[in-house]
Amino acid sequence: MSDALKAKVAELFNEPGCDKNLAKGEKERKKGCSKPLTPGAAAGGCAFDGAKIALQPITDVVHLVHGPLACEGNGWDNRHAASSGPQLYRLGVTTDLSQMDIVMGTGEKRLYKAIREVISRYAPPAVFVYATCVPALIGDDIVAVCAHATSRLGTPCIPVNAPGFVGSKNLGNKLAGEALLDHVIGTMEPETSTVFDINILGEYNLSGELWQVRPLFDALGIRVHACMTGDARYREVASAHRSRVNMMVCSTALINIARKMEERWGIPYFEGSFYGIGDTSAALRSVARLLVARGAPADLIERTEALVTAEEARAWARIAPYRQRLTGKRVLLYTGGVKSWSIVSALQEVGMVVVGTSVRKSTENDKQKIKDLMGGDAHMVDSIPPREMYAQLRRGDADILLSGGRTQFVALKARVPWLDINQERHQAYAGYDGMVTLVRELDRALSNPVWADVRRPAPWEQGDTEDWLDDNVPRLVPVAREG
Amino acid sequence: MAEIIKSRKAVSVNPLKSSTPLGAALAYLGMEGAVPLFHGSQGCTSFALVLSVRHYKEAIPLQTTAMDEVATILGAAANMEEALLNLQRRMAPRFIGIASTALVETRGEDYAGDLKLILARQAALADTTVVFASTPDYTGALEDGWAAAVSAIIESVVAPWSPAMTSFQQVNVLPGVGQTPADIEILRDLIESFGLYPVVLPDLSGSLDGHISEEWCPTTQGGARLEEVSQMARAVHTIAIGEHMRRPADLLGSLTGVPVTVFPTLTGLGANDRLLSLLSHLSGKAVPARYRRQRSQLLDAMLDGHFHFGGKRIAIAADPDMLFSLSRFFNAMGAEIVVAVASTANAPHLDSIPARRVIIGDLADMEDAVRAAGGADLLVTHSHGRQSAERLGIPLLRVGFPIFDRLGTAHMQTIGYRGTRDLIFRVANLFMGQMHDHAPGDFATAWPVPSSEEIVHDSASFADH
Ligand code: SF4
Repeated sequence: MSDALKAKVAELFNEPGCDKNLAKGEKERKKGCSKPLTPGAAAGGCAFDGAKIALQPITDVVHLVHGPLACEGNGWDNRHAASSGPQLYRLGVTTDLSQMDIVMGTGEKRLYKAIREVISRYAPPAVFVYATCVPALIGDDIVAVCAHATSRLGTPCIPVNAPGFVGSKNLGNKLAGEALLDHVIGTMEPETSTVFDINILGEYNLSGELWQVRPLFDALGIRVHACMTGDARYREVASAHRSRVNMMVCSTALINIARKMEERWGIPYFEGSFYGIGDTSAALRSVARLLVARGAPADLIERTEALVTAEEARAWARIAPYRQRLTGKRVLLYTGGVKSWSIVSALQEVGMVVVGTSVRKSTENDKQKIKDLMGGDAHMVDSIPPREMYAQLRRGDADILLSGGRTQFVALKARVPWLDINQERHQAYAGYDGMVTLVRELDRALSNPVWADVRRPAPWEQGDTEDWLDDNVPRLVPVAREG
Repeated sequence: MAEIIKSRKAVSVNPLKSSTPLGAALAYLGMEGAVPLFHGSQGCTSFALVLSVRHYKEAIPLQTTAMDEVATILGAAANMEEALLNLQRRMAPRFIGIASTALVETRGEDYAGDLKLILARQAALADTTVVFASTPDYTGALEDGWAAAVSAIIESVVAPWSPAMTSFQQVNVLPGVGQTPADIEILRDLIESFGLYPVVLPDLSGSLDGHISEEWCPTTQGGARLEEVSQMARAVHTIAIGEHMRRPADLLGSLTGVPVTVFPTLTGLGANDRLLSLLSHLSGKAVPARYRRQRSQLLDAMLDGHFHFGGKRIAIAADPDMLFSLSRFFNAMGAEIVVAVASTANAPHLDSIPARRVIIGDLADMEDAVRAAGGADLLVTHSHGRQSAERLGIPLLRVGFPIFDRLGTAHMQTIGYRGTRDLIFRVANLFMGQMHDHAPGDFATAWPVPSSEEIVHDSASFADH
């Protein structure tokens, strides 16, 4: 790892805005927050994966992955970060390094040529160039290649230096944030700028969730200038430093952007969520309050209150028909742990009982919030081995599992309903509307008649084949042998 | 003979390849009680895992030696050792198949030597079969990884022939990465119907056919059994499918002395006539009535289907064997292969693909070639082709790996009389779905259009009157 990258990683581990870090002693903090991985028992993506996730929703640029095939070849076109216009971000673009490039050390040359080719073919406003393990190991300097390409070709080339082996997806998110801070944010001026401009950080517009909340801001006259990154355009991100407020959505993933934008441009930030009715209202109120504090007209606060009251009432009215059917249903909530508290409160809003939740990646702050919500920490688990989870579900400890794709089959093979709430899902669950969608999906999953059918053993396993027949069906009778 | 052209681009846009280690992992998944293990950094495993889950819609056991930065610099033998011990403790697999990734290969470690030392000193691993295949991402693709893993299994599991071995009415089958669990079921039924006993390596039909069992199992459930694989020398014959299986098949042949027949494809009438002749010869039995019937069903499907295939322009992008097999199939039904793109050049038979040229490239090359050729009627490739198909405005037949936006991929059949018949119907139905009602404009050639000069002349002469 280059010295510059080393310094970056060390700095991120020292992030003062991260409450997890603040709780640690000096020595522990130096060690950083990446737990050493256990060979043979590790799950989860690499730093490159995390960086790509965080930046891919900049939809009008080319995302070029420098490395052998696997990093991009096995991973492209795998998420549902939606775009309202450009489709360029959906291309899978890689230098697909060959053995020759690696042995001869021609990786940098190939990268430069690749950049030139994509610029001449697609004319993007920028090219994001991602480092991966092999080029990092053999010492390809993507920062230098990007600088050279930017000056020679006139299109900004943004180095994203997060090779997989430096750490987890989460670290990759943050390194992506650093790339934006170092090379993108503040490099352009917005076409217009108003006192109602905000940025949203850590919202990827998966399945269109940004569009589910955007109308709320529109109704208040608040302009979501840049979403980092969801349905984003390069120019929006590059000029994000002129917005008045930053809302940070996905816990601490992009805390470094929020904190440094405050440092550099005095933009206040807050942490909020669009999952759950109460949280959505709280987020809208915080935005309004902070905008007014920075010079927006004071009536924004009243208008926000009016909208919150009306929208909450409308959401509850839409949820009411389901409430009765869902009350008392038991949920096992198994997310990465990020933001599980916001989903817990959302589920409790419709009367469901959360019988357990994972807090593997949650911060102390997150955990406290869950404790407050559920009373005591009896239901918090770090992780459940699949075999045990299968046994729990088979026993009927929960009526439904809410989790990401990894545990999907534990539920399905145990013949228990499952709802996808991680990032590969196809449904949008944000804002008031998203809460109604979530409730509707929960109801659909739980009330599907297949559960009764698939749980019923085959007749011959219960020894009741006779029950399945019409009366008096003659059977073969062995013929008695004579003599 | 097709001309073979390599794409000149420095950049690959919309890759056609899936990685070599992933191909190896898929092969290892065809062993019973198995866990594949990637020797590399954790991210590679995560991507491969997510992709396989999206394809099979099944839980996939796939683990990593989780090399971090320190291991990358100082060497990863300790990671391998720890990974093996952890897997043994947590999952108790009977079989662990290791596939190397680009990262360890670039470091140039002697992992095979490492593995030997580890197995020698760790008693805890005594009951686990561990094999190793070298599968760097920077050479080859899915077919190469699959073949390398099968070779690795043969090398370390199959017992060489010895005079003490009693031969048996057994036929070994080495399917390629393109054969689905349903295809393997077809083959098994077929071989059994001749009174022969099939040993299939790898056998995805038990492990990835999508079924519900009564307990949770962290390793594969079903698949080729080690005891049977070790006894492959008992067979009277080995059948391998696809050119990429020639090397493993020859290896098995030289180890056991069992004769080998490689079928470049088992889709289409001729290939299956040859297979049934072989089985009939080996067993000394006549072809069962059931298969005579299936053959005549296929003939009927060919007759009904040829109306829809004749003159159609097809673009195919796939791994070499899949490309070979499908282009032969379409060609035999009267269609024309206007664009053929292979993911790699690692195959001896690319020049016998019935197309003018074969491009070694990616999906962007395919798209460009279709435009340059003036369009096509059907695109044949895996699910990543969906964006191209949309842009080109033509239907997509999903084949190979990955297929993540359709259900039932494990049960799709393309081999045997029956699989060929089904494939004809699937394609013909796609074409029928595209049929449009005729309009006057379709018949521009029905009457010779007079040239503009003639028109001027005519109207002038008319005015003279
Ligand atoms: S761990 Fe490294 S080689 Fe593997 S996918 Fe991530 S960046 Fe690529």
